[in-house]
Amino acid sequence: MTEPYHYLLMIVLVLFTLTSVAALLIWVERRLLALWQDRCGPNRAGPLGLFIVAADTLKLFFKEDWIPPFADKRIFVVAPAIVAATVLLSFVVVPFAPNLLIADLHIGLLFFLAMSSMGVYSIVLGGWASNNKYSLLGALRGAAQMISYEVFMGLSLMGVVMLSGSFRLTDIVLAQQDYWFIFTQPLGFIIFLIAGVAETHRLPFDIPEAESELVAGFHAEYSGMKFGMFFIGEYLGITLISAMLTTLFLGGWLGPVLPPILWFILKTSAFIVLFILLRASLPRPRYDQLLEYGWKILLPLSLINLLVTGAISLLTS
Amino acid sequence: MTTAWYITAAITLVSTLMVITRHYPVHALLYLNVSLISLALLFYLMGAHFAALLQIIIYAGAIMVLFIFVIMLLNLGQETATQEKRWLKPKVWIGPCLLALILLVQFTYSLSLSKGETYINNVVEPKAVALSLFQSYMIGVQLAALLLMAAVVGAAHIGRHKRTNVHRFLQHKPDES
Repeated sequence: MTEPYHYLLMIVLVLFTLTSVAALLIWVERRLLALWQDRCGPNRAGPLGLFIVAADTLKLFFKEDWIPPFADKRIFVVAPAIVAATVLLSFVVVPFAPNLLIADLHIGLLFFLAMSSMGVYSIVLGGWASNNKYSLLGALRGAAQMISYEVFMGLSLMGVVMLSGSFRLTDIVLAQQDYWFIFTQPLGFIIFLIAGVAETHRLPFDIPEAESELVAGFHAEYSGMKFGMFFIGEYLGITLISAMLTTLFLGGWLGPVLPPILWFILKTSAFIVLFILLRASLPRPRYDQLLEYGWKILLPLSLINLLVTGAISLLTS
Repeated sequence: MTTAWYITAAITLVSTLMVITRHYPVHALLYLNVSLISLALLFYLMGAHFAALLQIIIYAGAIMVLFIFVIMLLNLGQETATQEKRWLKPKVWIGPCLLALILLVQFTYSLSLSKGETYINNVVEPKAVALSLFQSYMIGVQLAALLLMAAVVGAAHIGRHKRTNVHRFLQHKPDES
Protein backbone atom coordinates (compact mmCIF):
# COMPACT_ATOMS: atom_id res chain seq x y z
CA MET A 1 0.00 0.00 0.00
CA THR A 2 1.32 3.45 -0.81
CA GLU A 3 2.16 5.84 2.01
CA PRO A 4 -0.60 8.50 1.77
CA TYR A 5 -3.37 5.91 1.46
CA HIS A 6 -1.99 4.04 4.44
CA TYR A 7 -2.04 7.24 6.50
CA LEU A 8 -5.56 8.10 5.42
CA LEU A 9 -6.82 4.61 6.18
CA MET A 10 -5.19 4.64 9.61
CA ILE A 11 -6.63 8.07 10.43
CA VAL A 12 -10.17 7.07 9.45
CA LEU A 13 -9.83 3.76 11.30
CA VAL A 14 -8.53 5.34 14.51
CA LEU A 15 -11.05 8.18 14.42
CA PHE A 16 -13.98 5.82 13.86
CA THR A 17 -12.85 3.36 16.53
CA LEU A 18 -12.21 6.05 19.11
CA THR A 19 -15.52 7.84 18.72
CA SER A 20 -17.41 4.55 18.91
CA VAL A 21 -15.40 3.50 21.96
CA ALA A 22 -16.10 6.84 23.64
CA ALA A 23 -19.82 6.45 22.95
CA LEU A 24 -19.82 2.86 24.14
CA LEU A 25 -18.10 3.92 27.36
CA ILE A 26 -21.26 5.78 28.37
CA TRP A 27 -23.04 2.45 28.51
CA VAL A 28 -20.08 0.58 30.05
CA GLU A 29 -19.74 3.15 32.81
CA ARG A 30 -23.43 3.17 33.70
CA ARG A 31 -23.66 -0.62 33.72
CA LEU A 32 -20.50 -1.06 35.81
CA LEU A 33 -21.50 1.64 38.29
CA ALA A 34 -24.86 -0.08 38.63
CA LEU A 35 -23.14 -3.43 39.21
CA TRP A 36 -20.97 -2.02 41.98
CA GLN A 37 -23.87 -0.20 43.60
CA ASP A 38 -26.25 -3.20 43.48
CA ARG A 39 -28.60 -1.69 40.93
CA CYS A 40 -29.75 -2.78 37.47
CA GLY A 41 -28.57 0.18 35.43
CA PRO A 42 -29.87 0.88 31.93
CA ASN A 43 -31.30 -2.45 30.73
CA ARG A 44 -34.44 -1.58 28.75
CA ALA A 45 -33.34 -0.41 25.28
CA GLY A 46 -31.99 -3.26 23.19
CA PRO A 47 -29.90 -6.24 24.37
CA LEU A 48 -28.41 -5.47 27.83
CA GLY A 49 -29.52 -1.88 27.37
CA LEU A 50 -26.90 -1.28 24.69
CA PHE A 51 -29.12 1.04 22.63
CA ILE A 52 -29.01 3.59 25.44
CA VAL A 53 -25.95 4.93 23.59
CA ALA A 54 -27.97 5.66 20.46
CA ALA A 55 -30.83 7.06 22.51
CA ASP A 56 -28.50 9.37 24.42
CA THR A 57 -26.82 10.60 21.26
CA LEU A 58 -30.14 11.24 19.52
CA LYS A 59 -31.42 13.08 22.57
CA LEU A 60 -28.35 15.32 22.59
CA PHE A 61 -28.73 16.07 18.88
CA PHE A 62 -32.38 17.05 19.19
CA LYS A 63 -31.96 19.25 22.25
CA GLU A 64 -32.10 22.99 21.78
CA ASP A 65 -28.57 24.24 21.14
CA TRP A 66 -28.75 27.36 23.24
CA ILE A 67 -26.10 30.04 23.49
CA PRO A 68 -26.78 32.38 26.40
CA PRO A 69 -27.16 36.03 25.26
CA PHE A 70 -24.60 37.16 27.87
CA ALA A 71 -21.93 34.73 26.66
CA ASP A 72 -18.92 35.50 24.50
CA LYS A 73 -20.36 33.68 21.49
CA ARG A 74 -17.31 32.77 19.42
CA ILE A 75 -15.25 31.48 22.34
CA PHE A 76 -18.31 29.72 23.76
CA VAL A 77 -18.64 27.73 20.52
CA VAL A 78 -14.95 26.97 20.12
CA ALA A 79 -14.28 25.79 23.70
CA PRO A 80 -15.97 22.35 23.54
CA ALA A 81 -14.22 21.56 20.26
CA ILE A 82 -10.78 22.12 21.80
CA VAL A 83 -11.02 19.26 24.29
CA ALA A 84 -12.11 16.68 21.71
CA ALA A 85 -9.54 17.94 19.19
CA THR A 86 -6.55 17.86 21.54
CA VAL A 87 -7.34 14.40 22.86
CA LEU A 88 -7.88 13.02 19.36
CA LEU A 89 -4.60 14.61 18.25
CA SER A 90 -2.78 12.85 21.09
CA PHE A 91 -3.85 9.50 19.65
CA VAL A 92 -1.70 10.27 16.59
CA VAL A 93 1.39 9.03 18.44
CA VAL A 94 -0.10 6.04 20.31
CA PRO A 95 1.25 2.75 18.92
CA PHE A 96 -1.64 0.27 18.94
CA ALA A 97 0.43 -2.59 17.52
CA PRO A 98 3.60 -2.88 15.45
CA ASN A 99 3.04 -0.81 12.27
CA LEU A 100 -0.47 0.03 13.42
CA LEU A 101 -0.05 3.71 14.28
CA ILE A 102 -0.49 7.01 12.49
CA ALA A 103 2.81 8.81 13.10
CA ASP A 104 5.91 7.45 14.80
CA LEU A 105 7.26 10.81 15.99
CA HIS A 106 10.70 10.66 17.57
CA ILE A 107 9.36 13.00 20.26
CA GLY A 108 6.01 11.27 20.61
CA LEU A 109 5.90 11.45 24.39
CA LEU A 110 6.44 15.21 24.35
CA PHE A 111 3.70 15.54 21.74
CA PHE A 112 1.31 13.76 24.10
CA LEU A 113 2.30 16.08 26.97
CA ALA A 114 1.91 19.16 24.75
CA MET A 115 -1.57 18.14 23.61
CA SER A 116 -2.71 17.34 27.13
CA SER A 117 -1.51 20.75 28.26
CA MET A 118 -3.50 22.40 25.47
CA GLY A 119 -6.62 20.63 26.72
CA VAL A 120 -6.77 23.00 29.69
CA TYR A 121 -8.00 25.74 27.38
CA SER A 122 -11.33 24.07 26.76
CA ILE A 123 -12.20 24.23 30.48
CA VAL A 124 -10.79 27.70 31.03
CA LEU A 125 -12.37 29.25 27.95
CA GLY A 126 -15.65 27.38 28.34
CA GLY A 127 -16.00 28.61 31.90
CA TRP A 128 -14.96 32.17 31.07
CA ALA A 129 -17.10 32.54 27.94
CA SER A 130 -20.23 31.35 29.79
CA ASN A 131 -20.09 34.57 31.82
CA ASN A 132 -21.56 32.81 34.82
CA LYS A 133 -20.08 32.87 38.31
CA TYR A 134 -20.31 29.11 38.87
CA SER A 135 -18.72 28.44 35.51
CA LEU A 136 -15.92 30.91 36.20
CA LEU A 137 -15.19 29.28 39.56
CA GLY A 138 -15.12 25.89 37.87
CA ALA A 139 -12.78 27.20 35.21
CA LEU A 140 -10.42 28.70 37.79
CA ARG A 141 -10.30 25.44 39.70
CA GLY A 142 -9.78 23.50 36.50
CA ALA A 143 -6.90 25.70 35.40
CA ALA A 144 -5.14 25.46 38.76
CA GLN A 145 -5.67 21.71 39.00
CA MET A 146 -4.59 20.86 35.48
CA ILE A 147 -1.51 23.09 35.45
CA SER A 148 -0.32 21.63 38.76
CA TYR A 149 -0.86 18.03 37.80
CA GLU A 150 0.77 18.49 34.40
CA VAL A 151 4.06 19.12 36.18
CA PHE A 152 4.07 15.75 37.95
CA MET A 153 2.71 14.04 34.87
CA GLY A 154 5.74 15.17 32.88
CA LEU A 155 8.21 14.47 35.66
CA SER A 156 6.87 10.99 36.41
CA LEU A 157 7.37 9.98 32.78
CA MET A 158 11.00 11.07 32.65
CA GLY A 159 12.07 7.91 34.50
CA VAL A 160 10.62 5.84 31.65
CA VAL A 161 12.42 8.03 29.13
CA MET A 162 15.69 7.56 31.02
CA LEU A 163 15.35 3.76 31.08
CA SER A 164 14.40 3.44 27.42
CA GLY A 165 16.60 6.28 26.19
CA SER A 166 14.02 7.64 23.78
CA PHE A 167 10.92 9.81 23.49
CA ARG A 168 9.62 7.60 20.70
CA LEU A 169 6.70 5.52 21.98
CA THR A 170 7.56 2.49 19.82
CA ASP A 171 11.06 2.45 21.31
CA ILE A 172 9.61 2.68 24.80
CA VAL A 173 7.38 -0.33 24.14
CA LEU A 174 10.24 -2.33 22.63
CA ALA A 175 12.45 -1.49 25.63
CA GLN A 176 9.98 -3.40 27.81
CA GLN A 177 10.55 -6.77 26.17
CA ASP A 178 12.36 -8.22 29.20
CA TYR A 179 10.29 -6.62 31.94
CA TRP A 180 7.53 -4.04 32.05
CA PHE A 181 8.34 -0.57 33.34
CA ILE A 182 5.66 -0.92 36.01
CA PHE A 183 8.15 -3.13 37.92
CA THR A 184 11.14 -0.79 37.55
CA GLN A 185 9.13 2.43 37.83
CA PRO A 186 6.35 1.67 40.32
CA LEU A 187 6.42 5.17 41.78
CA GLY A 188 6.33 6.76 38.34
CA PHE A 189 3.37 4.55 37.45
CA ILE A 190 1.37 5.56 40.53
CA ILE A 191 2.11 9.27 40.07
CA PHE A 192 1.20 9.13 36.39
CA LEU A 193 -2.03 7.31 37.21
CA ILE A 194 -3.06 9.95 39.77
CA ALA A 195 -2.00 12.80 37.50
CA GLY A 196 -3.91 11.17 34.66
CA VAL A 197 -7.13 11.09 36.69
CA ALA A 198 -6.62 14.76 37.60
CA GLU A 199 -5.77 15.68 34.02
CA THR A 200 -8.98 14.17 32.64
CA HIS A 201 -10.82 15.66 35.66
CA ARG A 202 -12.48 12.34 36.34
CA LEU A 203 -14.59 11.70 39.35
CA PRO A 204 -12.49 11.70 42.47
CA PHE A 205 -10.86 14.84 41.03
CA ASP A 206 -13.80 16.32 39.13
CA ILE A 207 -13.39 19.55 41.04
CA PRO A 208 -14.01 21.85 38.02
CA GLU A 209 -17.52 20.35 37.84
CA ALA A 210 -18.32 19.44 41.46
CA GLU A 211 -22.08 19.40 40.94
CA SER A 212 -22.87 19.61 44.63
CA GLU A 213 -21.22 23.03 44.98
CA LEU A 214 -20.90 24.50 41.46
CA VAL A 215 -24.09 23.24 39.71
CA ALA A 216 -22.07 21.78 36.81
CA GLY A 217 -18.96 23.92 36.95
CA PHE A 218 -17.43 25.04 33.69
CA HIS A 219 -20.15 23.51 31.49
CA ALA A 220 -23.16 24.73 33.45
CA GLU A 221 -24.35 26.86 30.50
CA TYR A 222 -23.81 24.25 27.80
CA SER A 223 -26.56 22.20 26.23
CA GLY A 224 -27.16 19.93 23.28
CA MET A 225 -24.23 18.70 21.27
CA LYS A 226 -21.83 21.28 22.76
CA PHE A 227 -22.29 19.59 26.12
CA GLY A 228 -21.99 16.28 24.29
CA MET A 229 -18.58 17.38 23.05
CA PHE A 230 -17.34 17.90 26.62
CA PHE A 231 -18.84 14.54 27.52
CA ILE A 232 -17.17 12.71 24.63
CA GLY A 233 -13.94 14.59 25.36
CA GLU A 234 -13.94 13.21 28.89
CA TYR A 235 -14.41 9.62 27.73
CA LEU A 236 -11.79 10.06 25.02
CA GLY A 237 -9.48 11.39 27.74
CA ILE A 238 -9.99 8.26 29.83
CA THR A 239 -9.23 6.09 26.81
CA LEU A 240 -6.12 8.15 26.06
CA ILE A 241 -4.72 7.96 29.59
CA SER A 242 -5.45 4.21 29.70
CA ALA A 243 -3.71 3.73 26.35
CA MET A 244 -0.71 5.77 27.54
CA LEU A 245 -0.51 3.81 30.82
CA THR A 246 -0.52 0.62 28.77
CA THR A 247 2.13 1.87 26.37
CA LEU A 248 4.46 3.39 28.93
CA PHE A 249 4.24 1.00 31.87
CA LEU A 250 2.54 -2.23 30.81
CA GLY A 251 4.49 -3.06 27.69
CA GLY A 252 1.95 -1.84 25.12
CA TRP A 253 1.19 -4.52 22.58
CA LEU A 254 3.75 -6.99 23.98
CA GLY A 255 2.42 -10.29 25.28
CA PRO A 256 2.47 -14.03 24.58
CA VAL A 257 0.12 -16.11 22.38
CA LEU A 258 -2.56 -13.54 21.57
CA PRO A 259 -2.10 -11.10 18.65
CA PRO A 260 -0.51 -7.75 19.66
CA ILE A 261 -3.56 -5.56 19.06
CA LEU A 262 -5.66 -7.80 21.34
CA TRP A 263 -3.12 -7.42 24.14
CA PHE A 264 -3.25 -3.65 23.73
CA ILE A 265 -7.05 -3.60 23.86
CA LEU A 266 -7.12 -5.93 26.88
CA LYS A 267 -4.68 -3.85 28.93
CA THR A 268 -6.33 -0.57 27.95
CA SER A 269 -9.81 -1.81 28.87
CA ALA A 270 -8.49 -3.03 32.21
CA PHE A 271 -7.37 0.53 32.96
CA ILE A 272 -10.67 1.98 31.76
CA VAL A 273 -12.49 -0.32 34.20
CA LEU A 274 -10.09 0.83 36.93
CA PHE A 275 -11.00 4.44 36.15
CA ILE A 276 -14.70 3.63 36.51
CA LEU A 277 -14.05 1.75 39.76
CA LEU A 278 -12.24 4.83 41.09
CA ARG A 279 -15.35 6.86 40.33
CA ALA A 280 -17.57 4.33 42.06
CA SER A 281 -15.53 4.12 45.24
CA LEU A 282 -13.75 7.38 46.09
CA PRO A 283 -15.21 10.62 47.47
CA ARG A 284 -14.19 13.97 46.02
CA PRO A 285 -11.42 15.76 47.96
CA ARG A 286 -11.61 19.45 48.78
CA TYR A 287 -10.05 21.84 46.26
CA ASP A 288 -7.18 23.03 48.49
CA GLN A 289 -6.53 19.46 49.68
CA LEU A 290 -6.10 18.37 46.08
CA LEU A 291 -3.58 21.10 45.26
CA GLU A 292 -1.70 20.65 48.54
CA TYR A 293 -1.53 16.90 47.98
CA GLY A 294 -0.08 17.54 44.54
CA TRP A 295 2.56 20.09 45.42
CA LYS A 296 3.59 18.74 48.83
CA ILE A 297 3.56 14.99 48.21
CA LEU A 298 3.53 14.15 44.52
CA LEU A 299 6.11 16.73 43.39
CA PRO A 300 8.83 15.70 45.90
CA LEU A 301 8.07 12.02 45.22
CA SER A 302 8.41 12.44 41.47
CA LEU A 303 11.67 14.35 41.93
CA ILE A 304 13.04 11.59 44.18
CA ASN A 305 11.94 9.02 41.61
CA LEU A 306 13.83 10.96 38.94
CA LEU A 307 16.95 11.23 41.10
CA VAL A 308 17.04 7.54 42.06
CA THR A 309 16.36 6.38 38.50
CA GLY A 310 19.13 8.63 37.22
CA ALA A 311 21.60 7.39 39.84
CA ILE A 312 20.81 3.72 39.19
CA SER A 313 21.02 4.02 35.43
CA LEU A 314 24.36 5.84 35.83
CA LEU A 315 25.69 3.10 38.11
CA THR A 316 24.61 0.21 35.90
CA SER A 317 25.73 1.68 32.59
CA MET B 1 7.84 22.22 3.03
CA THR B 2 8.69 25.79 2.03
CA THR B 3 5.03 26.53 1.30
CA ALA B 4 4.04 25.25 4.72
CA TRP B 5 6.73 27.46 6.21
CA TYR B 6 5.43 30.57 4.49
CA ILE B 7 1.80 29.84 5.43
CA THR B 8 2.80 29.35 9.08
CA ALA B 9 4.91 32.51 9.04
CA ALA B 10 1.95 34.47 7.66
CA ILE B 11 -0.31 33.07 10.41
CA THR B 12 2.26 34.08 13.01
CA LEU B 13 2.45 37.63 11.70
CA VAL B 14 -1.31 38.09 11.36
CA SER B 15 -2.07 36.65 14.81
CA THR B 16 0.62 38.81 16.40
CA LEU B 17 -0.88 41.85 14.72
CA MET B 18 -4.29 40.86 16.06
CA VAL B 19 -2.82 40.66 19.59
CA ILE B 20 -2.00 44.36 19.66
CA THR B 21 -5.19 45.55 17.97
CA ARG B 22 -7.82 43.61 19.99
CA HIS B 23 -9.81 45.54 22.60
CA TYR B 24 -10.84 42.57 24.76
CA PRO B 25 -7.84 41.32 26.80
CA VAL B 26 -8.91 37.66 26.58
CA HIS B 27 -9.27 37.80 22.79
CA ALA B 28 -5.81 39.36 22.56
CA LEU B 29 -4.39 36.57 24.73
CA LEU B 30 -6.01 33.93 22.54
CA TYR B 31 -4.41 35.45 19.46
CA LEU B 32 -1.09 35.48 21.33
CA ASN B 33 -1.64 31.79 21.94
CA VAL B 34 -2.19 31.15 18.23
CA SER B 35 0.97 33.13 17.53
CA LEU B 36 2.98 31.01 20.00
CA ILE B 37 1.67 27.76 18.54
CA SER B 38 2.44 28.80 14.97
CA LEU B 39 5.90 29.85 16.14
CA ALA B 40 6.30 26.34 17.52
CA LEU B 41 5.31 24.97 14.14
CA LEU B 42 7.97 27.17 12.52
CA PHE B 43 10.56 25.66 14.87
CA TYR B 44 9.29 22.22 13.93
CA LEU B 45 9.53 22.89 10.21
CA MET B 46 13.11 24.07 10.66
CA GLY B 47 14.05 20.79 12.35
CA ALA B 48 14.09 21.92 15.98
CA HIS B 49 11.43 19.39 17.03
CA PHE B 50 12.34 19.36 20.68
CA ALA B 51 12.27 23.16 21.00
CA ALA B 52 8.95 23.26 19.14
CA LEU B 53 7.20 20.95 21.57
CA LEU B 54 8.75 22.64 24.60
CA GLN B 55 7.42 25.92 23.20
CA ILE B 56 3.91 24.45 23.17
CA ILE B 57 4.17 22.75 26.57
CA ILE B 58 5.70 25.69 28.42
CA TYR B 59 4.55 28.85 26.67
CA ALA B 60 1.22 27.92 25.10
CA GLY B 61 0.28 25.29 27.68
CA ALA B 62 1.41 26.74 30.99
CA ILE B 63 2.39 30.40 30.90
CA MET B 64 -0.50 31.54 28.70
CA VAL B 65 -2.97 29.62 30.86
CA LEU B 66 -1.65 31.55 33.87
CA PHE B 67 -2.07 34.83 31.98
CA ILE B 68 -5.66 33.96 31.08
CA PHE B 69 -6.20 32.81 34.67
CA VAL B 70 -5.17 36.23 36.01
CA ILE B 71 -7.20 38.12 33.40
CA MET B 72 -10.22 35.99 34.28
CA LEU B 73 -9.76 36.74 37.97
CA LEU B 74 -9.70 40.47 37.23
CA ASN B 75 -13.00 39.95 35.39
CA LEU B 76 -12.43 42.74 32.87
CA GLY B 77 -15.64 43.44 31.06
CA GLN B 78 -17.13 45.87 28.61
CA GLU B 79 -15.75 48.92 30.47
CA THR B 80 -12.15 47.89 29.95
CA ALA B 81 -12.81 47.26 26.30
CA THR B 82 -14.27 50.75 25.78
CA GLN B 83 -11.42 52.26 27.78
CA GLU B 84 -8.96 50.39 25.61
CA LYS B 85 -10.80 51.64 22.55
CA ARG B 86 -10.47 55.21 23.78
CA TRP B 87 -6.76 54.76 24.41
CA LEU B 88 -6.04 53.18 21.04
CA LYS B 89 -7.02 56.13 18.84
CA PRO B 90 -5.38 56.30 15.40
CA LYS B 91 -3.21 59.18 16.63
CA VAL B 92 -1.56 56.93 19.21
CA TRP B 93 -0.35 54.55 16.51
CA ILE B 94 1.85 57.14 14.73
CA GLY B 95 4.83 57.04 17.12
CA PRO B 96 5.20 53.24 17.45
CA CYS B 97 4.62 52.79 13.69
CA LEU B 98 7.37 55.27 12.88
CA LEU B 99 9.84 53.51 15.19
CA ALA B 100 8.86 50.08 13.81
CA LEU B 101 9.34 51.45 10.28
CA ILE B 102 12.93 52.46 11.08
CA LEU B 103 13.57 48.95 12.39
CA LEU B 104 12.01 47.45 9.25
CA VAL B 105 14.30 49.55 7.02
CA GLN B 106 17.34 48.45 9.00
CA PHE B 107 16.19 44.84 8.86
CA THR B 108 15.66 44.83 5.09
CA TYR B 109 19.03 46.53 4.61
CA SER B 110 20.84 43.91 6.67
CA LEU B 111 18.93 41.15 4.86
CA SER B 112 20.00 42.53 1.49
CA LEU B 113 23.64 42.41 2.66
CA SER B 114 23.51 38.72 3.58
CA LYS B 115 24.36 36.04 1.03
CA GLY B 116 20.77 34.76 0.80
CA GLU B 117 21.23 31.58 2.82
CA THR B 118 18.26 29.25 2.76
CA TYR B 119 17.28 27.38 5.88
CA ILE B 120 18.53 23.86 6.13
CA ASN B 121 16.18 21.18 7.37
CA ASN B 122 18.46 19.24 9.69
CA VAL B 123 16.63 17.54 12.53
CA VAL B 124 18.09 18.25 15.97
CA GLU B 125 17.70 15.27 18.29
CA PRO B 126 16.76 15.85 21.94
CA LYS B 127 20.07 14.26 22.89
CA ALA B 128 22.00 16.93 21.00
CA VAL B 129 20.04 19.68 22.78
CA ALA B 130 20.81 18.11 26.16
CA LEU B 131 24.51 17.69 25.36
CA SER B 132 24.94 21.31 24.29
CA LEU B 133 22.93 22.54 27.31
CA PHE B 134 24.90 20.58 29.88
CA GLN B 135 28.32 20.92 28.29
CA SER B 136 28.92 24.20 26.48
CA TYR B 137 26.07 26.22 28.01
CA MET B 138 26.29 24.87 31.56
CA ILE B 139 26.73 28.34 33.04
CA GLY B 140 23.48 29.51 31.42
CA VAL B 141 21.56 26.58 32.89
CA GLN B 142 22.99 27.27 36.34
CA LEU B 143 22.21 30.99 36.15
CA ALA B 144 18.64 30.25 35.07
CA ALA B 145 18.30 27.78 37.95
CA LEU B 146 19.56 30.43 40.38
CA LEU B 147 17.08 32.98 39.05
CA LEU B 148 14.20 30.50 39.33
CA MET B 149 15.29 29.62 42.86
CA ALA B 150 15.12 33.30 43.82
CA ALA B 151 11.67 33.55 42.23
CA VAL B 152 10.44 30.50 44.15
CA VAL B 153 11.73 31.86 47.46
CA GLY B 154 10.10 35.22 46.72
CA ALA B 155 6.78 33.60 45.80
CA ALA B 156 6.84 31.45 48.93
CA HIS B 157 7.48 34.54 51.06
CA ILE B 158 4.74 36.63 49.45
CA GLY B 159 2.24 33.79 49.46
CA ARG B 160 2.72 32.95 53.15
CA HIS B 161 -0.47 32.96 55.15
CA LYS B 162 -0.77 35.52 57.91
CA ARG B 163 -3.37 33.90 60.11
CA THR B 164 -5.55 36.36 61.97
CA ASN B 165 -7.97 35.05 64.56
CA VAL B 166 -11.23 36.90 64.55
CA HIS B 167 -12.64 35.37 67.69
CA ARG B 168 -11.61 37.18 70.87
CA PHE B 169 -10.80 33.97 72.77
CA LEU B 170 -8.25 32.97 70.14
CA GLN B 171 -6.59 36.33 69.65
CA HIS B 172 -3.94 36.08 72.37
CA LYS B 173 -2.75 32.70 71.14
CA PRO B 174 0.75 32.66 69.60
CA ASP B 175 0.76 32.80 65.80
CA GLU B 176 0.63 29.30 64.40
CA SER B 177 1.88 29.74 60.91
